[in-house]
Amino acid sequence: MVAIIDYGMGNVASVQKALNFLSVKNVITDDHDAIKAADIILLPGVGSFAQGMKNLQERNLIELLKDEVMVKKKKFLGICLGMQLIMEKGIEPHECEGLGWIEGQVVKFELEHLNVPHMGWNNIDVLNNTYYENCETKDFYFIHSYHVLPKNKIDIAATVDYGFDVVASIQRGNIFATQFHPEKSQNAGLAILKTFFGINA
Amino acid sequence: MLSKRIIPCLDVKDGRTVKGINFVDLRDAGDPVELAAQYAKQGADELVFLDITATHERRKTMIEMVKSVARQLNIPFTIGGGITEIADAEALLNAGADKISINSAAVKNPQLIEDLAKTFGVQFVVLAVDTKHINGKNIVHLNGGRLITELETESWIKQAENLGAGEILLTSMDHDGTKQGFDCDLLGKINKMINIPIIASGGAGKTEHFTEVFQKAGVDAALAASVFHYGEILIPDLKQELKRNNIPVRI
Repeated sequence: MVAIIDYGMGNVASVQKALNFLSVKNVITDDHDAIKAADIILLPGVGSFAQGMKNLQERNLIELLKDEVMVKKKKFLGICLGMQLIMEKGIEPHECEGLGWIEGQVVKFELEHLNVPHMGWNNIDVLNNTYYENCETKDFYFIHSYHVLPKNKIDIAATVDYGFDVVASIQRGNIFATQFHPEKSQNAGLAILKTFFGINA
Repeated sequence: MLSKRIIPCLDVKDGRTVKGINFVDLRDAGDPVELAAQYAKQGADELVFLDITATHERRKTMIEMVKSVARQLNIPFTIGGGITEIADAEALLNAGADKISINSAAVKNPQLIEDLAKTFGVQFVVLAVDTKHINGKNIVHLNGGRLITELETESWIKQAENLGAGEILLTSMDHDGTKQGFDCDLLGKINKMINIPIIASGGAGKTEHFTEVFQKAGVDAALAASVFHYGEILIPDLKQELKRNNIPVRI
């Protein structure tokens, strides 16, 4: 059972739809017992970092998620804001502490000749192939104005060229996260989800 | 490298897609959900649905349509039409929309752009602008082009960017329905002026027009309706053509 964390930040319906399509049992929830009972935690989300942390706090989810992911080592998938929140610190719209599971911070794009948000389909470079091995294409859908800067390069699973090598994905132990939206990235996105959830093609 | 996006637009009226020629003489162009799935399969990068007769009582129909589109679609899609407040946007987001497009409501109340951006993030907020050339100026029009405003297109778009619009969907009413090509001059000018993505709209008739708008105006995305609905341009052919012209596309 996958617990898709419901904390009032964005399009959880799309994530659920992708999981349903793959016949992965899931529940959209902020209920502590349901989250404790799940084998896998999925943190989706779009919107601002500070609002995301505030919403997690209001639902008393910060300690609970830390316990499930960092202590019990449940498999974790973070998507978009769900990837950014696992860092130590964000600045959107003001400086704010994150979940702090991965060392590093989230900063705004400072690009002279490129648009912000980074929006659309972009081609990634995979550094850690664990969850990317079944992708036939490497085009994924991005939509973000902030990007993560992990302290340890070893945590970077993929980068994407948008003026420089932007971190597109993070992986460390049971934690996997993507800045792009696999649920909006057609077959390539489905391939990642299949691999992550251990579904044989 | 970031791909240029090809975006079919489905104008929806009473749950069916239609396309206006210069915004009048609507013709039926099919079931939106079916069309959406077809386009996703063909390689459309995103979809835009514009509810062109969004009245209060029809919102529920639209929400149901959004839900069924979301169930069938695994590419991003934008919903526009009749969004006047945060609650409208929230209902569409919860139904599965990735972005919302606002037009008249933003002109009447520019604060709406800022409120939406703060609540849902700038990436969620597309500002649609219908523009027409009048006496040497580009003037914003509302209500599907029927209502002229006093706003100059350039300054309105700049203001919207500052307020937090994440993307601009710019329709040239002079070019829309003509099939003579996009308004590359205006699009190029606006593109240089702002740092958020622009979707070019109005005037697509053949594949060369897409090549032209990406090369000349440098926009991020190009939108069209009838040429796709009636099969005059097939998305896989269009993308091959763009690729041959060294325009980055997702194939």
